[in-house]
Amino acid sequence: MSEVKFSKDHEWILPDGDEATVGITKHATEMLGDIVFAELPDKGSNVEKDGTAGVVESTKAASDVYTPVSGEVLDINQIIVDDPSKINEDPEGSAWFFKLKMKDVSELESLMNKDEYDKFAKENAS
Amino acid sequence: MEIKKTSLNKLHQENKAKFVEFAGYEMPIQYSKGIVEEHKLTRSHSGIFDVSHMGQLFIYGDKTLTEDLEKIFPLNLKNLNINSSKYTFLMNEDAGIYDDLIITKLDEGYLIILNAACKDNDYKILSNLLENKYKMNLDDKRSLIAIQGPKSVEILDSIINGVSELSFMIGNWFEYENQKIFVTRSGYTGEDGFEISIINDLAEEFTRKLMDSGAQLVGLGARDTLRLEAGLCLYGHELGVDKTPIEANLKWAISKDRIVNGGFIGSDKIMRQISEGTKQIRVGIKPEGRLIAREKTKIFNETELVIGEITSGTFGPSVSGPVAMGYVEKEFSKKDTKVFLEVRGKKYPANICGLPFYKKSYVKGAIK
Repeated sequence: MSEVKFSKDHEWILPDGDEATVGITKHATEMLGDIVFAELPDKGSNVEKDGTAGVVESTKAASDVYTPVSGEVLDINQIIVDDPSKINEDPEGSAWFFKLKMKDVSELESLMNKDEYDKFAKENAS
Repeated sequence: MEIKKTSLNKLHQENKAKFVEFAGYEMPIQYSKGIVEEHKLTRSHSGIFDVSHMGQLFIYGDKTLTEDLEKIFPLNLKNLNINSSKYTFLMNEDAGIYDDLIITKLDEGYLIILNAACKDNDYKILSNLLENKYKMNLDDKRSLIAIQGPKSVEILDSIINGVSELSFMIGNWFEYENQKIFVTRSGYTGEDGFEISIINDLAEEFTRKLMDSGAQLVGLGARDTLRLEAGLCLYGHELGVDKTPIEANLKWAISKDRIVNGGFIGSDKIMRQISEGTKQIRVGIKPEGRLIAREKTKIFNETELVIGEITSGTFGPSVSGPVAMGYVEKEFSKKDTKVFLEVRGKKYPANICGLPFYKKSYVKGAIK
């Protein structure tokens, strides 16, 4: 299970055993525009699948960031808090949001794979 | 109602504009570069803004028109020179603001630039007040293009010789392709620049010429961050019928003799507010850290009482941080007063500050 998965809220998640790294997709950053503010969950906090786990703001508006699976926040990426423009530069790589210890690995099954997500994003582009 | 398009719509599309509906028009919020870069290139070089959705109202008349307009606007129009412009307001009897506008005296009357969302209502109000005595033309055959930023004077002068001689808030008629265009040295970004009123048929090719000379298209998104950094009000946010020019801290825009003598619509309230003060006033607000407080964010004092509300808030690319404006109760309006902003259920510290957030250094080459 190390295939990257995607949520309908435009987050990506890369599992590694029972841990996972979460971020927002390139498509999401393109819809948001220039990101100028990022707020992440507290380290050690518990987040619930599809619940709010942060906020990003562009010059235009604020958007919630959701977690695609439940778990405990192990680590957050302070770099994107200090310089949110990094999120536009490399959203699906170095600009990850947080790392989780997953509560229930089977929650991953409901998520989309890359092809499914690309299709979904194309249909929902606005 | 069908969405309206400006004469530059094709050009916007060609340049990969993201469109939004604004006051019934399909307008570019940004192009492929994005708001931050468009903002910065306006401050460092030259940005082109399609503001053709705004109203261009020509009113034709002579001395009696000037007298009648002085009964409406808080300006000394008799002493205004031909081709000079003033920022002012159309108000109701209670000094509530129907619109904020730029009025320019012409040989044959006046040109008034109105906000897009207000222009039809303004036209009705003005034609009633003027009792249909004068010929009025809310001209939709002309586009309005703004070019803003330090290189704009050089770029525009290379196409329309002589514009560099205009002073701030002064305009004139120029010839372009055998057509009359009206150019004023003005804008709404805090930068040196011009606004050009040009017939629709020439608008696109004229804009292409500006682009060929190095200016770049900039969307309404950056126009908003630019005006907010410059501390300028936006109708529907800082200004509305529930606000007066005194509350909006715009007393400077009212001619001094009119403050003393009154005689314009809303003058009683204005004179009373000047002598007695207002309950609330517009201020600049600087959140600490990177937090962005948007419109309608509640403002609290240190004892957790609500003392006001944000009217505009965003990230200011040139100040590299969040910026906001809003209204607070007078006693909390002093610079450096500590306040708290409630965002997503939490309170964050901020400080009342002077405006503008960004002040132009006019030394050439000082801003990179």
